[in-house]
Amino acid sequence: MTWLGSNVGLVAELSLHHVQLSLLPIVVGFVAAVPLGVLAWRFKLTRGLTLTIVGLLYTIPSLALFVLLPPLLGISFLSEANVVIALSIYAVALMTRSAADAFGSVDPVVRRSAAAMGYSSLGRFWAVELPLAGPVLLAGLRVVAVSTVSLVTVGVLVGSRSLGYLFMNGLQRSIPVEILSGIVMTVVIALAFDGILVLLGRLLMPWTRAETTSRRVARRLRLTVGGGS
Amino acid sequence: MIEFRSVTKRFPDGTSAVSNLDLVIPAHQTTVLVGSSGCGKTTILRMINRMVDATSGTIEIDGDDVATLEPVRLRRRIGYVMQNTGLLPHRRVLENIVTVPRLNGMPKAEATELGLRLMDTVGLDRGLARRYPSQLSGGQQQRVGVARGLAVDPNILLMDEPFGAVDPIVRAELQTELMRLQVTLGKTVVFVTHDIDEAFLLGDQVVILQQHAVVAQRGTPGEILAHPASGFVSDFIGAERGKRALRIVETNGSRVVVDADGRPAGVLVDGKNGS
Repeated sequence: MTWLGSNVGLVAELSLHHVQLSLLPIVVGFVAAVPLGVLAWRFKLTRGLTLTIVGLLYTIPSLALFVLLPPLLGISFLSEANVVIALSIYAVALMTRSAADAFGSVDPVVRRSAAAMGYSSLGRFWAVELPLAGPVLLAGLRVVAVSTVSLVTVGVLVGSRSLGYLFMNGLQRSIPVEILSGIVMTVVIALAFDGILVLLGRLLMPWTRAETTSRRVARRLRLTVGGGS
Repeated sequence: MIEFRSVTKRFPDGTSAVSNLDLVIPAHQTTVLVGSSGCGKTTILRMINRMVDATSGTIEIDGDDVATLEPVRLRRRIGYVMQNTGLLPHRRVLENIVTVPRLNGMPKAEATELGLRLMDTVGLDRGLARRYPSQLSGGQQQRVGVARGLAVDPNILLMDEPFGAVDPIVRAELQTELMRLQVTLGKTVVFVTHDIDEAFLLGDQVVILQQHAVVAQRGTPGEILAHPASGFVSDFIGAERGKRALRIVETNGSRVVVDADGRPAGVLVDGKNGS
């Protein structure tokens, strides 16, 4: 415990940096995966190709990616860009399939009805398909956020400053409290990201809550009616 | 007036839904297309607003060939009400109703006013305006669907089995409501159903369709009941059975009308005040 007492500043600084390193890959993953998801969902021809490529990308081990990227992109092994780009690739790979599923989850009756109302195909995408894909997109993004926060720790192997440093350092110096601090803070950050995403979802998709409450009310009504008869 | 001239629709998989259809749908009346499932009635309906394009032949609305009209613009001036409502689940009731006026650029305040008036028209409590569709009953949702179909005050209203998914009591309510509306609005309504009772109830003109949208008979309900054009038609309308095959039985000096099973359906009275 003495270690923690004299290193609170270090833990705080590493946590902040950890958050910064996680943010960009999550955002990039989402922004890039939406159009890729559309590509995979809309056209039969591009579906197999897109999903195979992102599937393969995800199978590359992270260490191999850290080694491969610098010569390909002309950046330093030890640069933060290396970590951020690698994690962005994973985020896109993970998110694209979710996005394809998300668009696939939109009720075709609603899509047809929107077309019959006189939505143009672009208008329909923004006003109908994207919002209705929202709940499944959010579910995918939550997985991406948590997995990115945990993957950032691996970046310590190529010198990036994150909570992963506490694992390495704690292991080398045999300070269990240091390792534990790293684990706890990583979990806290992951939970915080997840919580923020859930809140954002409630804010941006108020109808999903209406749906669950009306289902719950309906179930309760049925129960009362059933119990009374 | 909507006019189909030798219209054929073949789908890419080779099935032919409509073959060589000639049909006139008069203005300001309700025309009901009725037939068993797969007979092509919905395809006919969808060709009017170009949700489906004809393979050959022409469809004219008041003399304009729909193939020359831009689909998005065409659809925005035709009301469309479908089975299972097709309401946008993420938009509130009021927003759903004024979808098309808003697409056409109507300012929000004006659209809200219009939406509330339409809720009155179709018999929906204004208090439901801020609900989501999932928070309404099936009958209420369908009323929202009708209000949405009427929102641009279209000349033409297409209704694709709109009351097929609600229970019989609510369906009867909605049918009455539609007849009441039609008396005041006088739209050109094209209504698709597989329910012959619904067709006879709502239709000024009823079109009975066989497979591949071949017209088996076209006429007023009275004409069709009085003179079924073929065995198919009399079978379809059930002219020889149940509550359609009525006969008169004398009991104790008064004349009782009974159905095919001998169950009394009513008594015969003088005069025409029954109509």
